[in-house]
Amino acid sequence: MLEDKDRIFTNVYGFQPWNLKAAQTRGDWDDTKSLMARGQDAIIDEIKASGLRGRGGAGFPTGMKWSFMPKEPAPGRPNFLVINADESEPGSCKDREIIRHDPHKLIEGALLAGFAMRARAGYIYIRGEFIREAQTLEAAVQEAYDAGLLGKNAAKSGYDFDLFVHRGAGAYICGEETAMLESLEGKKGMPRLKPPFPAGAGLYGCPTTVNNVESIAVVPTILRRGASWFAAFGREKNEGTKLFQISGHVNRPCVVEDAMSVPFRELIERHAGGIRGGWDNLLAVIPGGSSVPLVPAEQIIDAPMDFDGLRDLGSGLGTAAVIVMDKSTDVVKAISRISYFYKHESCGQCTPCREGTGWMWRVMERLVEGNAEIHEIDTLWDVTKQVEGHTICALGDAAAWPIQGLIRHYRPELERRINERRGQTLEAAE
Amino acid sequence: MAEAARMPASPEIRARWDGFTFTPDNDAKATLLVGRYPPGRQQSAIIPLLDLAQRQVGAETETQGWLPIPVIEYVARYLGMPFIRAYEVATFYTMFNLAPVGRYHVQVCGTTPCMLRGAEDIIGACKARGLKKGHTTEDGLFTLNEVECLGACANAPMVQINDDNYEDLTPKSMTAILDALARGETPKPGPQVDRQTSCPEGGPTTLPEMVSENHDYRSRW
Repeated sequence: MLEDKDRIFTNVYGFQPWNLKAAQTRGDWDDTKSLMARGQDAIIDEIKASGLRGRGGAGFPTGMKWSFMPKEPAPGRPNFLVINADESEPGSCKDREIIRHDPHKLIEGALLAGFAMRARAGYIYIRGEFIREAQTLEAAVQEAYDAGLLGKNAAKSGYDFDLFVHRGAGAYICGEETAMLESLEGKKGMPRLKPPFPAGAGLYGCPTTVNNVESIAVVPTILRRGASWFAAFGREKNEGTKLFQISGHVNRPCVVEDAMSVPFRELIERHAGGIRGGWDNLLAVIPGGSSVPLVPAEQIIDAPMDFDGLRDLGSGLGTAAVIVMDKSTDVVKAISRISYFYKHESCGQCTPCREGTGWMWRVMERLVEGNAEIHEIDTLWDVTKQVEGHTICALGDAAAWPIQGLIRHYRPELERRINERRGQTLEAAE
Repeated sequence: MAEAARMPASPEIRARWDGFTFTPDNDAKATLLVGRYPPGRQQSAIIPLLDLAQRQVGAETETQGWLPIPVIEYVARYLGMPFIRAYEVATFYTMFNLAPVGRYHVQVCGTTPCMLRGAEDIIGACKARGLKKGHTTEDGLFTLNEVECLGACANAPMVQINDDNYEDLTPKSMTAILDALARGETPKPGPQVDRQTSCPEGGPTTLPEMVSENHDYRSRW
């Protein structure tokens, strides 16, 4: 079990103030200058060695991502750091806790990450609906400027670094990194084709790295305690600690930091008070936010909660947003609501997604009622396969996977509803 | 986005909003916001400035605010960009209201994590109090909308009303919040049960020292 001394986000619940003074008491901004004095490549190497994988869902190694940035920015093409605080994946609510209760971990991390990747400026793109959170973040950034921790000669390091907060205005798609850059440039958030990748041509056409809030906020602690400390938690290639967000049918939903690879049962039992109605009442779990396929109870109970463990179950860790469903759940309706979400959030750029998300949702709504033919389940499966992988960004995949997971695991339930309704219709006709 | 019919720039709307300009206070804020982006990249400030404009309209109309066409035109001119680029942004992002809303914009999250915890009953409580999805009540007080995930899933079900979240709702507490707002009171935002933010109900399972003091764990490193 992860000990309290090894938790990074000690003020995750906001029992104590978020302000600079309180954050410094907890250890933030402690001699940041000396961390920077190690040099840019040393910082990148340390993050690589720590095994940190991006906490925004994709799980790409953070240190490696940073190393793609030009080491000597060309004149007129500065490097940019963009921090993704557009937390909108259904089930996810961890970045919100970092921003409103421990913002200085994020801001210090931004300076260190920005320095390591030779950026002179960073933008934190925070979702528009996080209104109070953005107010806290703006105030915390101002505190850091006033204390000389940002701006010219940031933290007396001799390095100049500016950090700005940019509020969005309600669009899930802006969590996709290139849509975020479009939005930051003042446009509709429509994803860009890759390549070019942002590290080559990102914000304003300049080299850019987009990192999740949690990925950046853990950096100062990793540098202070060392890569080997962070890498000691979790299984190989899944190292570190992680903020888990437990929602749905548990006795006590919560956000909590624990070690990666913690078994599902232990996570729920220890922090969320168990499953509502007991373990026998568990139906299925969406372990990583709405984009990943659900996993039936018997497969997930003893599974390690990490990138590879959940991939092996045909699902994923995503943002570690654990959505728990007990046996009272209408699982078809639960997935249909997710389909509605993707229909609502499709940006409309690619035809397979724009048309497919609405089509899939309409069929899902009929399947909830059993108002369909058995062969339509196969048609739906085919359509998910035609959307998946045929769009510029991963929203198409994210819309397809939950439905594929449902068909894979609950086809008998879909057929039962269809047959039951057909039986009723025949009865009524007689 | 209020899902009411989009308002064209009718003569009445033109007459009311054609002369819209930022108040001196908001103009100063706008200058600061534009200054966050490199020279020549002022279009980056379109979202923050539309938000500012919507808030000013809200203050002038005692509602959450909305974006009449002449106001969007003003912001586009302010940033030196074509109207259509600003209009695209205003219509793309859901937080921009393209039609008037009430004083309180009641946005109930309906996405799956909230649905599992009873969001439909929360909508039901709103309806029982006379609110109707996509509509504003006749007294101009409430506009109800079901919205997508607002990122407070560990405190589901939840509603955002103007700038504040109300979380861990029951139909009873939802009704109480609407009643309080109607009486002109300001209900306490955050969890509506005895709970500290996203901490497990009943107390934390981790970091117990933090409850009573700003503990520094470094001595145990």
